[in-house]
Amino acid sequence: MIRDFTLTEFWVIAHGLWATLLLSAVAFVGGGLAGLGVALARTSSVRTLRWAAGLFIDFFQGTPMLLQLFLVFYGLPVLGLKLNVWVAAAAGLTLHAGAYLGEIWRGGIQAVPGGQTEAASALGLGWWARMRCVVLPQALRMSFAPTVGFLVQLIKGTSLAAIIGFVELSRSGQLVSSVTYKPLLAFGLVAACYFAICFPLSRFSVRLERRLALPA
Amino acid sequence: MTYTFNFEALLPHWEQFVQGCLLTLRLSAVSVLIGLGVGLVAVLSKRSSSPALRWAAQSYIEVIRNTPFLVQVLFIFFGLPSLGISFTPNTAAVLALSLNLGAFSAEIIRTGIESVPRGQFEAGAALGLSRFQTFRHIVLKPALRTIYPSLAGQFVMLLLTTSIVSSISAEELTSVAQNIDSATFRSFEVYIVTALLYLAMSMVFATAFKAIDRLLFSYPTK
Repeated sequence: MIRDFTLTEFWVIAHGLWATLLLSAVAFVGGGLAGLGVALARTSSVRTLRWAAGLFIDFFQGTPMLLQLFLVFYGLPVLGLKLNVWVAAAAGLTLHAGAYLGEIWRGGIQAVPGGQTEAASALGLGWWARMRCVVLPQALRMSFAPTVGFLVQLIKGTSLAAIIGFVELSRSGQLVSSVTYKPLLAFGLVAACYFAICFPLSRFSVRLERRLALPA
Repeated sequence: MTYTFNFEALLPHWEQFVQGCLLTLRLSAVSVLIGLGVGLVAVLSKRSSSPALRWAAQSYIEVIRNTPFLVQVLFIFFGLPSLGISFTPNTAAVLALSLNLGAFSAEIIRTGIESVPRGQFEAGAALGLSRFQTFRHIVLKPALRTIYPSLAGQFVMLLLTTSIVSSISAEELTSVAQNIDSATFRSFEVYIVTALLYLAMSMVFATAFKAIDRLLFSYPTK
């Protein structure tokens, strides 16, 4: 039976929108923590750590995000965990975001002039105090614009969770499209929702880039 | 629970994996060529004197850049037929990939053109060169040098993005992998191999693009 495009269908899409926002938030927070670890490892003085972080970044930047989700999705049972799309999607996106944010923040950390680290050491600050109070605040400020830019990429990326069966915005669009036979309206509405979230963020990122640009 | 890996089950399918890689490379190459053309047209429209054309180009770029590729593919493949425009999965895939690359490359090309100082154009005019000659002999190479790394990065990104068109069952590596998966039931092994194949392809291209960069654009600027 073909259903009309009623308020119910709007609710399905609104529900999907909520799931997309939630998944993006989880992946961004998780990815932020992972990314901080990756960035610190990548700039550490321990060679093995640098190498391992480099390998992690290369893998996640050199393979399709869809395949990363597949690997986590089919890999969970291998680890003896139960198959769960929420866990698979959140874990896959977190690892993906960790690699990208790690690489962005690595750039930020390395852009902080070496004199800052030396001055902090001369004041007797240990590695953690040096990072927390001197290097990271400057590094994160410089990386703010690309971080927001990546957030846009991540929100768009959550759509791939639809392919492993996670019902978020794109998947709810597919569901609505298949019961109403109005794919143009369903996918148009879904696209409009993504645009409404991503466009302001993209604009914000460009503005930040101009405002925070260091004088050359 | 212990899992025993069984990669041997995939051995009979190695030719399909190779075929999948070739399909992905072909799809990427075609989309890059068309996409660059689309991007160039978008930049020219954005710099044109007609406000309508400028607005259209700007809208196209922003809409594509701020919506997921998956939704673009689904819109083109499932949405457009209700307007009477339908495509085979492979055509829809090329169309979606080209439109996507077009929007991203347009922004890159624009920054390249803007990176060349106005004085260079004026110097060309002062030497009696035509607008085309100025572009060809003075502006083009430094502009290309500026945009080359981002453009190369975008090509590698496109190679990885092609995996998403498996959702409309267009022919490429990921859809081939899904077929092998349903024939062997060794999902994890299949996708490990597939991910490594993508990794190999993207690394080969990243290295090749870097070598070309060094070869063509390593002249001193001062």
